[in-house]
Amino acid sequence: MAFLRNKFRLLRAARTAGLAGVIVLGVCLGYGQTTNSCLDCHSAMPDPLGVTQEKFSQDIHAQKGLTCTSCHGGDANSYDPTVSMGAKAGFKGKIDRRQVPQLCASCHSNPTYMKQYDPGLRTDQLDQYHTSVHGKRQAAGDSKVAVCIDCHSVHDIRPPSDPRSTVNPVNIATTCSRCHSDAAYMKPYGIPTDQFAKYKTSVHYQAMMVNGDLSAPTCTTCHGNHGAVPPGVDKVQNVCANCHVFQAQMYEKSSHKAAFDALGLPGCVVCHSNHGIHMPSDAMLGTGPQGVCMRCHQPGDRCDQARVKIQSGLMQLDGAITQADQTLSVAEASGMDVSEARLAQSQARDQLIKARVTIHTYQQALVDQDVQAGLKIAAKDQQAGKDAMVERNQRRIGLGICFLAIAIMLAGLWLFIRKIER
Amino acid sequence: MNGDQNTPPGSTRRRAIEYFLGGGILATFASFLYPVLRYVVPPPVADLGVNEVVAGKVGDLKPNSGAIFRFGSSPGLLILTSDGSYQALSATCTHLGCTVQYRGDLHQVWCPCHNGIYGIDGRNISGPPPKPLTAYDVHLRGDEIVVTLKREA
Amino acid sequence: MIAAILRWLDERLHLDDLIAPFRHKTVPVHRLTYWYFFGGITLFLFGVQVVTGILLLLYYHAGANDAFESVQYIMTKVRYGWLIRSIHSWSANLMILTAFAHMFSVLFLKAYRKPRELTWISGMLLLFLVMGFGFSGYLLPWNTLAFFATKVGTAMVGQVPIIGQPMMIFLRGGPQVTGATLIRFFGFHVAVLPGLVVVLISIHLFLVQRLGMSVPPKIEAEWAENPSVKREMKFFPNFMLREMMAWYVTVGVLGALAAIFPWNLGVKADPFGSAPAGIKPEWYFLFMYQTLKIIPSKVWFVEGEVLGIVGCGLAGLLWLLLPFFDSEPPSRPKRWITGLAIFALMYVAGMSAYGFLAK
Repeated sequence: MAFLRNKFRLLRAARTAGLAGVIVLGVCLGYGQTTNSCLDCHSAMPDPLGVTQEKFSQDIHAQKGLTCTSCHGGDANSYDPTVSMGAKAGFKGKIDRRQVPQLCASCHSNPTYMKQYDPGLRTDQLDQYHTSVHGKRQAAGDSKVAVCIDCHSVHDIRPPSDPRSTVNPVNIATTCSRCHSDAAYMKPYGIPTDQFAKYKTSVHYQAMMVNGDLSAPTCTTCHGNHGAVPPGVDKVQNVCANCHVFQAQMYEKSSHKAAFDALGLPGCVVCHSNHGIHMPSDAMLGTGPQGVCMRCHQPGDRCDQARVKIQSGLMQLDGAITQADQTLSVAEASGMDVSEARLAQSQARDQLIKARVTIHTYQQALVDQDVQAGLKIAAKDQQAGKDAMVERNQRRIGLGICFLAIAIMLAGLWLFIRKIER
Repeated sequence: MNGDQNTPPGSTRRRAIEYFLGGGILATFASFLYPVLRYVVPPPVADLGVNEVVAGKVGDLKPNSGAIFRFGSSPGLLILTSDGSYQALSATCTHLGCTVQYRGDLHQVWCPCHNGIYGIDGRNISGPPPKPLTAYDVHLRGDEIVVTLKREA
Repeated sequence: MIAAILRWLDERLHLDDLIAPFRHKTVPVHRLTYWYFFGGITLFLFGVQVVTGILLLLYYHAGANDAFESVQYIMTKVRYGWLIRSIHSWSANLMILTAFAHMFSVLFLKAYRKPRELTWISGMLLLFLVMGFGFSGYLLPWNTLAFFATKVGTAMVGQVPIIGQPMMIFLRGGPQVTGATLIRFFGFHVAVLPGLVVVLISIHLFLVQRLGMSVPPKIEAEWAENPSVKREMKFFPNFMLREMMAWYVTVGVLGALAAIFPWNLGVKADPFGSAPAGIKPEWYFLFMYQTLKIIPSKVWFVEGEVLGIVGCGLAGLLWLLLPFFDSEPPSRPKRWITGLAIFALMYVAGMSAYGFLAK
């Protein structure tokens, strides 16, 4: 009898333990998973209603704890559409394009609110946007222009520092070109759509995309990002001057600044173009298709004569450096060490770069100063190369003398051997 | 003519052999010994200057100014700050390799090519440079300013 | 005057007894006598290495920081430094070549048979040491090629089962190739290896003097048939004078190589850089390297590299003990050894060429 009583107690205890275990297990499995009824349905829907958990988890807002309801309103705990997407829960549905800037700014322009996430983030994006061409047109009713989500994407917004972000420096040009290279889309605005194509041929694009230099300029560097607007015609050189300091300073003090300003010409862009900025070459000083001077100046006038002198000086220096390089290479191939001269060659090349920068003073005498300094160095290096060749020849003569001595010795030995073996 | 009776036949032959042998030994040993003797005499420049170089003399630089010196096969920048201490940095900009300079007005190191700015300690502060400039050790030896590579920690 | 000095010495040292064996030493003269020169040339080149090596020691800094720069200094600033260094590098390669030629000539001339087994063993050990000289010396300029060649070479040592890893750590002075490896190799190159080689050369030369020059079996047979055909020349002065001529020609070749093709510096080694594409060891290791490359990565259950290294080791051991496999004179030498020798020569030459031409 006691035995049976014990068995019952045992069974009851086991049932309680099992139940408790299931509850604990359920809690453990369910821990950390908040109900998101929005994603549960919408992840299975096709575009344009589809947003997968995988996609949304990449979004910085999701990572910071915000969710669908933060922007769209509604109730994420209910699976009843009338509740989850009901007016009582403040459901906004698909946000109209015209409302997007205001919606994003409701948080992003609130410094107190943004401080809790990243105190260093700017909060003036909306104000900037209102000054931009996009913002002004949008305020006037144009719904084709870019709003926040066009550049920043939506539902998988990444911070700009993320290389996969649509607004990371390496991706910006592609993002802008989505509209600005679409001729059909841009037809009403009457502006060119070849900027991206031209930019891809530029030296800045090369620096960023091929050489990996993230400091190279892209669209937003010159045009701004939220306040995007083409720099005013008289402001272009200010933009270029941020990096190309010397050229800008020289240009400011030069004759061309006053002339271009008076004619309303956009400074640097006149010779260097704006989007398709190629590596400058000495041919730009020439009279061929790449020549820029003769677009304005008359052949034979004072400026044309100066141009000829500048170009010939630069080409002379370039030639002298190349010639010295060749002589040094020949010496090196013969086994001579010319490392010091090679080092000095880099100084000569520095002088050539300096001379080319000095073009922007448009004073031939100043360019000539740099050219002469460079020629002096190149001449010294050429001489070093020649001296190396002289020493090389001396070594061969020394070798010849050695051979002679050895030949005499061999002859002597042979004669001696013959003598003692006769 | 009988010629010289005292010269035995074949002695000119023997003399020739002696000249060849003697001359050969002398010539070959001289041509071996000469380079060796010149080799063991130390050259005037005692060092290649890649680990340690005399960048200048005390008094060459004014306070709050800098000068370029050669360190191994690349340029270096020697700075005398306004409070009298010396700083030596590699002068090759880490962006695209231009030679940097010291700006007394900014109390900073500046690269003229694309407006890159470094602090006096070589740290890249603004502009394109992606990395700091390598800093060197500076010691005074008498009135010589000696720049050496930083000791490995 | 020289006679007077010799007489002065003779009165004190009784040079006659010392010189007597050399006066009697003869060298057999036949159509293959020229091969007898190679041992002497190798010895001469060793002498050149010692002299130029000591001269280089006057300016070389051993240490990862300034080894490369010190070699650069020798090549550019020291008067005739380029000559001394280039002679040292060329002579090293030439010496390994003549050492191999000497070994193969002894092999084909059957000079390793009784009673010269010990001469062969000391000679093979010398060959291994000479290759050790080449391996250790190659690292000393501390350029990229040398750094990575050393890395690969010592890594292969590490593949030997059981003792490989400790051996590799011993060679490298640590688990990786670093400045410590350079200092260690320097110690091997200027102290340990010279000491061992001098001892072994002394043994080797003593044995050669004691046992006399061997004659190839076929020629021996000809002479046995027809004793009047037998020809000999005295070592001193006849053979020695000819050897002098050979040595002078060698000097001429070295000088020409050093002056016309000076040894290059390369680029300073960067331990954190990546290996240059197509890195290969020096030519005298190419046949082993190429062998390892063509062995599949797994043979049965054994890893290919381990099999290759152990195989090379076994081959070396067998080569060392070769005299004990052959018959003793006056029996005819075993044919299969000749066949093996031909195969070995073809293999070394062929694999070296293959390794050189392969990407």
